[in-house]
Amino acid sequence: MTLELVLFIVLAAVAIAGALSLILARHPIRSALSLIVVMVALAGLYLLQGADFIAAVQVIVYAGAIMVLFVFVIMLLNAGEEERTSWSRMARYAGLPLAIYLTVQFAWWVADGASALALPAAPAESEPTRRLAQLLFREFVLPFELTAILILVAILGTVVLGRRES
Amino acid sequence: MLPAATDYYRLLPEILAAVFGTIVMLLEPFLRREHKAALSWLGMLGAAAALGAAVLVRSDAGPAFFHLIQADPFTFFLRLLIYATALLVMLAARAYLDRENLPHGEFYALVLLGSVGMGVMAAAAELVTVFIGLEISSLSTYILASYRREALRANESALKYFLLGSFATAFFLFGVALVYGATGTARLEQVAEGVASVLLLKLGLALVFIGLAFKVASAPFHVWTPDVYEGAPAPVTALLSTAPKAAAFAVLLRIAGTVLPATLLWFWVLWGSAALTMFVGNLAALVQSNVKRMLAYSSIAHAGYILVALAAGTEAAYAAALYYLAAYALMKLGAFTLVAHLAGRGERRLTLEDYAGLARREPVVAATLSLYLLSLLGLPLTAGFLGKFYVFVAGLRAELLGLVVLAAVNTLLGAYYYLRVILYMYFREPDPTYEHAAREPVPAGTGLVLAATAAGTLLLGIFPGHLMRIAELAAASFR
Repeated sequence: MTLELVLFIVLAAVAIAGALSLILARHPIRSALSLIVVMVALAGLYLLQGADFIAAVQVIVYAGAIMVLFVFVIMLLNAGEEERTSWSRMARYAGLPLAIYLTVQFAWWVADGASALALPAAPAESEPTRRLAQLLFREFVLPFELTAILILVAILGTVVLGRRES
Repeated sequence: MLPAATDYYRLLPEILAAVFGTIVMLLEPFLRREHKAALSWLGMLGAAAALGAAVLVRSDAGPAFFHLIQADPFTFFLRLLIYATALLVMLAARAYLDRENLPHGEFYALVLLGSVGMGVMAAAAELVTVFIGLEISSLSTYILASYRREALRANESALKYFLLGSFATAFFLFGVALVYGATGTARLEQVAEGVASVLLLKLGLALVFIGLAFKVASAPFHVWTPDVYEGAPAPVTALLSTAPKAAAFAVLLRIAGTVLPATLLWFWVLWGSAALTMFVGNLAALVQSNVKRMLAYSSIAHAGYILVALAAGTEAAYAAALYYLAAYALMKLGAFTLVAHLAGRGERRLTLEDYAGLARREPVVAATLSLYLLSLLGLPLTAGFLGKFYVFVAGLRAELLGLVVLAAVNTLLGAYYYLRVILYMYFREPDPTYEHAAREPVPAGTGLVLAATAAGTLLLGIFPGHLMRIAELAAASFR
């Protein structure tokens, strides 16, 4: 067992544990905090793949900015514990087995498919960040710029939804 | 390797719509309250400019932005459809926004920016670009659906729409990731070439289908539709049931047309979804007493007919699907605009009882609504008939006898609830205790939209040749 494999298993286990706790926790704040664990573990996995820039962005944007926003919204809405209704109990008995089945089946398919993948070897150049920048600002400059419109629409949305009652 | 002038030129309609949308948004705070309605002119000018640009760019077909965008005849057809819809929706919305005392500027800006997203979806030849377009379009429709903030029902339906829509987007994105993993590219033309894992590709394409099936409201992913269409402001419902749906169908068509594995994999999925969608939509529409909700179920049923054409999968079938999309957009825009007018302030008069005896009170309005309903039903001499005719013929040529029979049965089912509304309007006397709304004259903008859509419905029903030729050219661009 190489060190890399050990690290991968540890990080993957942490990510899965965080994701489980995210779904199972009844208080939204707990779910939000579990999400941070997932994000950080994912950042570790990216680092393991040699994608140091993506890992840093993952920590700064997701674990940092977006999570702060989540926590703020939850606090602002003063969201309490989830309430269990008869419907949500039904979701547990009907939904849980289905979710487990789908997860296993999906994992099986992906594992089966991935073994057939002949992924190109990682580029030899040691600057994945440069490659990323080239992709983002040349080949994919259009989707990158279009996200500006997406953000504009979102801002417009907050103005519309947040306006004072007339 | 930077984008050249031709790249921008081929994206001109979307750029113009985005620029005008932004100008509307920036001007809004500087106008006095009583002048804000004038922004509708600027909004409509933006949509008209985008339409003009689409016609202009037509002669210069080709890829742009490193093959992320395809400005081909197919894109041209959908650009016409999307920007014309945006134009008509803005024209109809002005009187509505005045009546409901809703802000003008944001509405037009959102419609324009949303149509940019839809235009990008129609033109995109690569899945990440499709995704960004889909998000722009979805986000603006989520906001528009919740535009009547004080209406509780509208808020509830908008929240449902937002949550389920985000869920569907997640499916789509997961699918895109798997397709990329299986083939090393998200460009549709290359997807079929370097397939490393067929299983992963199939899985990815299935998830992509689920995401798009939600957006076109096909069963079993239609559950949000009736609530959202009923709760959203009626002009927004008119938009929701036409342009974003056409854009999502455009993506489905482009994938089915260019990615061979998808064509093969999706066949039975499309077959089953088409049959289910038609039955779910028509059967549920039978029991509705709210006209707006009934039209929502009817639009689910119509998505089913279009899926029949997709299942057929031939070039003629794709042309039929495009023709159907245009015909359907005309009648749905007209019908929802009329419903918006008749519903009165606060959209309170929406039930069948409110339509009783309408023919005596407002003969022209009743006749126009009857025209839309007969076209939706598929009566000869209307656009709806030819749409169904082309789809059925294409289905039969592709040897889909079973599915076409199911579609024909569904057309008969549909006759019941469309004719029932006409029956109420012409032959049912209103309850004597029923209090009529004060008769409101049809506002000029609304009248113009009704005239345009009614004329279009008839014209396409009698002289389909010209539009059908454009549709055939469009369908041929996947060759």
